[in-house]
Amino acid sequence: MPSIDYTLALYSERFMLLAAFAYTVAFLAFTWDMARSSKTIRTVESRLENKAGVRETVPAGAGNGSARDWDADGSREAQTADSAMGYTGPRRNAARVGVALTVLAAAIHAAGVVTRGLAAHRVPWGNMYEFCTTGALVVAVVFLLVLTRRDLRFLGTVVLGLVLVMMMAATIGFPTPVAHLVPALQSYWLIIHVSVAVIASALFTLTFAMSVLQLLQADRETRIRSGRKERLPFMRIVPSAQSLENLSYRINAVAFVLWTFTLMAGAIWAEQAWGRYWGWDTKEVWTFVIWVVYAGYLHARATRGWTGTRSAWLSIVGYLCVVFNFTIVNMFFSGLHSYSGV
Amino acid sequence: MTDKATTPRPSKPRPAKGGRDDVALPALGLLGTLRWAWNQLTSMKTALFLLLLLAVAAVPGSLFPQRPADPAVVTQYLKDNPETGPWLDRFQLFDVYSSVWFSAIYLLLFISLIGCVIPRAKAHFKAMRSKPPRTPSRLSRMPEYGTLAVPASMSLAPADAVRDAAQILRRRGYRVDVRDEDSDRPSVGAERGFAKELGNLVFHTSLIGVLACVAVGGLFGYSGQKIVVEGESFVNTLVSYDTFTPGSNFTEDQLSPYSLTLDEFEIEFDRESTTHYGQPLDFTANVTVKEDPEAEAEEQVLKVNSPLTLGGTRVYLVGNGYAPTVTVRDGEGNVAFEGPVVAVPTDAMYTSLAVVKAPDAKPDQLGFVGFFLPTAMIDEAGVSYSGDPDPLNPQLNLNSYYGDLGLDEGVPSNVYVLETEDLTPLNNRDLDAGGIVLGANQTYELPDGKGSITFDGLKRYAALDIHYDPGKTGVLVFAVLSLSGLAASLFLARRRVWVRAGQHPDGRVMVEYGLLARGEDPRLTSEAAALRGLFTAKWLAPQDTEGQNVGRVSVPANASADSNAAEESGKDQ
Repeated sequence: MPSIDYTLALYSERFMLLAAFAYTVAFLAFTWDMARSSKTIRTVESRLENKAGVRETVPAGAGNGSARDWDADGSREAQTADSAMGYTGPRRNAARVGVALTVLAAAIHAAGVVTRGLAAHRVPWGNMYEFCTTGALVVAVVFLLVLTRRDLRFLGTVVLGLVLVMMMAATIGFPTPVAHLVPALQSYWLIIHVSVAVIASALFTLTFAMSVLQLLQADRETRIRSGRKERLPFMRIVPSAQSLENLSYRINAVAFVLWTFTLMAGAIWAEQAWGRYWGWDTKEVWTFVIWVVYAGYLHARATRGWTGTRSAWLSIVGYLCVVFNFTIVNMFFSGLHSYSGV
Repeated sequence: MTDKATTPRPSKPRPAKGGRDDVALPALGLLGTLRWAWNQLTSMKTALFLLLLLAVAAVPGSLFPQRPADPAVVTQYLKDNPETGPWLDRFQLFDVYSSVWFSAIYLLLFISLIGCVIPRAKAHFKAMRSKPPRTPSRLSRMPEYGTLAVPASMSLAPADAVRDAAQILRRRGYRVDVRDEDSDRPSVGAERGFAKELGNLVFHTSLIGVLACVAVGGLFGYSGQKIVVEGESFVNTLVSYDTFTPGSNFTEDQLSPYSLTLDEFEIEFDRESTTHYGQPLDFTANVTVKEDPEAEAEEQVLKVNSPLTLGGTRVYLVGNGYAPTVTVRDGEGNVAFEGPVVAVPTDAMYTSLAVVKAPDAKPDQLGFVGFFLPTAMIDEAGVSYSGDPDPLNPQLNLNSYYGDLGLDEGVPSNVYVLETEDLTPLNNRDLDAGGIVLGANQTYELPDGKGSITFDGLKRYAALDIHYDPGKTGVLVFAVLSLSGLAASLFLARRRVWVRAGQHPDGRVMVEYGLLARGEDPRLTSEAAALRGLFTAKWLAPQDTEGQNVGRVSVPANASADSNAAEESGKDQ
C-alpha cells in the first residue's frame, strides 16, 4: 500500500478552511441580495402608492412582463418572480457577487477534496469527515450547474447555508486525519455506491431548499389572495409555489432514480461483503425508508389532494430522513455500516 | 385513480325530514361490496397511504434489536427490560420484518399494485395497437401551436405537405397516421413515448418479481457459520457448521461435499500512521479447497469483499482472531485437553476472551476463563492490557475453576462462556494463589495438585460465513429491469402531434401543427421549436422565412403558446 502523503493532507485541510471562508462570504452576499431586493420592493411599492396610477420602474427580480403584471389589483404573477426562472429582470449585483464567490469557493473546495484523495491514494469518501466535505462540494457544484440553466439564485442563502453546516460538521464534528481504508471498505463498490449516494443526497438538498421556499410561498400566495397583508416581502424574488413544485419534482425524479441505484449498488456490495444482499441492517432500513418516502412523493403528484403543500412536506420529510440516516444512524445506531474513527 | 367528481343535484323541495332521504342508496350486495373494496384498495390514495405506512413500519426495526440479525442481543434486551420487553415481543418488535403487521402492509401494497398494473397494462396494450387519436378540429387549443405559410411558388400540395410532415415525425420516433389525404384538409396524427408507460409497468411488475425471488431464496436457500483455525479444515456437511440457518424447504442433500483448509491467515496492520497506528489494512486467508472428496486440491485466496464460490455456495471472510494452543493436564498427570482455543476479540488491540473447558480432567473437571493479550503490557494501576494487535508479547491471563462443568447432561451450552456458579474457584486475584499469567511456552501448576496448564503456541483463525441463495440472480435481474423501467417512466415523454394542411385561395399552402403532452413534459416547448425548424427547412429553406408565417389556416386562435396552458395540461394525468 503506498504511503500517505501528510504534506498534501495538510494542504487539503488548508483548502477546506479557505473554501469554508469563501462560502461564508458568498452566503452573506446572497443574504444581502435578499434583504436588498426586499428593500427595493418596499421603496417601489411606497412610491407606487404615492403616485397612484403612475407606472414605476420594474421592481428588482420581478421577472419579464412584470410591468404588465404590476397592476394595482396585486395579481399572483405580480407578487412572485418569473415562473420560467430565466435570467431576466434587472441586475442583482449582490447575487452576482454571491455566485462568483461560490464558484471561487467551489474551486478551492475541489482542490481540498482532490488533494485529500491524492494524499490517501484513494477516493476521498471513506469516513464521516470525507462524506461531509465531498458531499458539500457536490451540493455546491450541482447548485452551480443548475444555475447555468435556471436562475435559482434565490436558493443561494439556503443552499450555501447547508453547505456551511456540512463544512462545519466535517471540521468541528468529525475531524479525522487522513488514513488508509479498513479492509471492509476496500472495494470498487465504495466508488460506485457512495458517489451516487452523495450525488443523490446533493439533489435532495436542493429540492429540500426549494420545498421549504414552496411552503413559504404558498402561504404567502394564500395571504395575498385573501387580501391580507403579505409577510416576507423578500419572497418576491422567489418564483411561484407552483413553478417551484414543478422544478423540484423534476430534480427529485432524477434523485430518486439515483437513490434507487444507490440502494441496488449497496445491495450488490452487501452480497459481496457479507453474503446477503439485504439484511435489514439499520443503514439499509433507513435507505429503504428514504426510498419509500420519495416513492410516496412521486405518487403524490398523481394523487388528487396530495399535490402542492402536501407533496412539499413529503419532500421535506424525505430529506430529514436523509439527514437522520447520515448523522444519527451513522453515529448512534449499531450496525454493519460503522466507520472506524467515525 | 378512481376518484370521481360528484355533481350536486338540485334536490326537489320535500316536506319535513330533508337530509339524506332524497338520496336512494342502492344496495351493494356481496359482489358490489367486493367491487367497492377492490376499488378502494387499488385507488391511488390507498396505495400512497400504504406506501407511507410501510416507511413508518420499517422504522422500529432499526430502533429495537432484531432476532434474525442478532438473537443474543434480543435475549439480553429481554433480560434488561423484564417489564416492557415481553410486551414489545408480543407486538413482534424484535421480528419486525417478518411480523404480521409489516407483512400485511407490504402484501396489501403489492395487491394494490397488481390491481393497478393489470388495468393499466390492458389499456396500454390497446393504446399501442390503436392509431394515433383523431386530429382535433381546433389545433390552436393545444398547449403548443404554430402555423407556417408555404408560398405558392413552392408548388406544394397540401397532401404532400402532410406526407412530408409524417416522414419528419416518423424519423423523430413518432408513430404516424395520415388522414383525409384526398380531402382539401389532409392531416397527420402522431404519437410517441409509449416506452414511458411501458417503463412504468415494467418497473412495478419487476418489484413483484423481486419479491418473488426473495421468497425463492427464503424457501430453498441456507446459510451457516464456521470458525476455522489455521491448519484445520471445514467440510460442507451439516455437522461441520457452528451455526446453520436452513430455508423453509431446505434438504440436507442440497449440500455439496466440498472441503476447505485454512493454510495461513495473514493480517497487515498500519505501521506508518501516527493517528491510525495499528489499524488493520488487509486480511488474507490462504486456503486449499477441494470441490469434492475426489477432486484435485486447489489453492485459493479469500479476502474481505472477495468471496469464494464453492459448490454453488459463496464463502465469505467475516472475522478473525487468535487461537492460543494450550495443553491441560489433570490431577492424575494425563492430558485432559490439547489444542487451539478460539479467543473472541473484544477490541481493536485484539484483547480476546478465552475459555478452556477440560471435562475429561480427573479427579475434577477443570475450567479456565480469562483474556488472551497479543502484546501484554501493564498500565500504572498494574492492570494488564494489550498494547498492539500483533503477537509481540502473547500472554494468557486466566482464572481457573474445578467441579462439574455441566457438560455431561447433553444440554447444549455456549463454548465461549464458562458457567462458574456451580464451580469452585482455584485461581483468581482474590485468592492466595492469584490469577494465572502464562507467557509463551510457559506452564503453570494448579494449586492443590489439580493439574497444570501450558501455553504451547499461537495460531490465527478465520470466521467464515457460507451462503446459498438461489433467488439472488433473479433479484438482480428484476432489480435492473425495474431501474430501467423507472428511468424510462420518469425521463421519457409521451407526446402527440397533429399537422394539418390546406390551400389558401391565394395559392399558399397553410400548415398548422399542435403538440400535446400526456403527463409531465417540460420539454414540449423545445420539441415544438425543433419540429418547426424541421418543417421550415423542408418547405421554406430556400426562402427568407421571416414574417411569412403569421397566417392562420382555419381558426383564429390566441395561440401565443401560453405557458400556463402548458402547465395545466401537464397536470392532467
